[in-house]
Amino acid sequence: MYNLIGAGLIVIGAGIGLGQIGGKAMEGIARQPEATGKIQTAMIIIAALLEGLAFGALFLGK
Amino acid sequence: MKIANKSIKFLTVIAISLFTLHSYAFSTETNTNDQNDGGRVNTKEEVEAYILHHIKDSHDFSLFSYTGDDGQRHHFGFPLPVILWTSEGLVTFMSSEFHHNDDGHVIVEKDGLKFAKIHSKIYELEEGAATVSFDETHHATNAHKVLDLSITKSVVGILVIGLLLLLWFSNLAKQYKTKQIPTGFARVLEPLVIYVRDEIARPNIGEKHYRRFSGYLLTVFFFIWTLNLVGLTPLGFNVTGQLGVTACLAFFTLVIYLTSGTKGYWMHMVWMPGVPVLIRPILAIIELAGAFLIKPFALLVRLFANISAGHIVVMSLIAIMFILKESIGTIGATGLSLVLSFFITLIEVLVAFLQAYIFTMLSALFIGMAVDDYEHH
Repeated sequence: MYNLIGAGLIVIGAGIGLGQIGGKAMEGIARQPEATGKIQTAMIIIAALLEGLAFGALFLGK
Repeated sequence: MKIANKSIKFLTVIAISLFTLHSYAFSTETNTNDQNDGGRVNTKEEVEAYILHHIKDSHDFSLFSYTGDDGQRHHFGFPLPVILWTSEGLVTFMSSEFHHNDDGHVIVEKDGLKFAKIHSKIYELEEGAATVSFDETHHATNAHKVLDLSITKSVVGILVIGLLLLLWFSNLAKQYKTKQIPTGFARVLEPLVIYVRDEIARPNIGEKHYRRFSGYLLTVFFFIWTLNLVGLTPLGFNVTGQLGVTACLAFFTLVIYLTSGTKGYWMHMVWMPGVPVLIRPILAIIELAGAFLIKPFALLVRLFANISAGHIVVMSLIAIMFILKESIGTIGATGLSLVLSFFITLIEVLVAFLQAYIFTMLSALFIGMAVDDYEHH
């Protein structure tokens, strides 16, 4: 039971984090469309790191 | 241009027909599960068992199975060699000798030793034992595990895809000797190779060193991507969703960035210049843990979890048609499951690329950190 609640909390946290990353990247691209490629690369790397953390936590909490 | 268009169309048609077959292969399997042995079996439990079985590696290559009119279980597929290193040396036999049994009831006798397969693991029976006996927690009491070097389904996947990649890319490389622009399927591969080199290797490793590592990065990228895509076909491969495979790939990256690390890289790791001396040991602990544990762990867990989760989601959505059959009718359940699984499969095709891209990108990033000469300060 508790590990399910924990898994839910992890997903909420990861969701907030991914939303922040995506939103800020959008803002950045809107301000400087010529830097789209660089922003996207950095966005994907940070999203991947966050995702790794979320998956790791899910596995430990399963 | 026309040829390229044609081959892309051809590939798309093949891919779509294979994805449809996937649900077909699955439906033949589960349909029969709830009428097993005449008695009613819980469909939910059957579906769960089927999905878990699919996620794991297996000793034989089964395409599908069904219960015939005669009440017998028919299996379609082919057996694979089982290779064991036991207390008395090497023992080999075909996996068909287990007769698709997975709970230890079929005993195979070979070279005076007895073997049983329990939950996809092969056990060697102790001296004098005729059958496997279990304790209350369903652990075998008179058998022990042996070193299993079998050609399992995942190993077959790795070998076949490795051979295929070797053929494709040696063909591509050969074509540059005689002509300027490659023809045929190689024309599809060329932009992908250039993409990996120019978008992943070059910006992350740096102009000076990227040539040395682009071979590894290309291999890893195409290996993971092809296996991810093959995993979406009805052949039922789940190679990149095996912890062992992803751990091995992460280990390769680890060895490469540790062995090619420059002096500056190691100095920055163990004795960071430019920060107060008291903080340096703390930073060294964090950096060492990061380089030896966290980076490879992040690589292996991400790929494994993404691909396994993707497979579970696709199969669960296909299973909707059996679970919701009674509550919303056959046509409703089938339609719902078809629409949902179709779109999630399309997302999975994207994820297959994205995970290969991220694995390669992060490997390039870690290698780039290691080979940087740290001269800029």
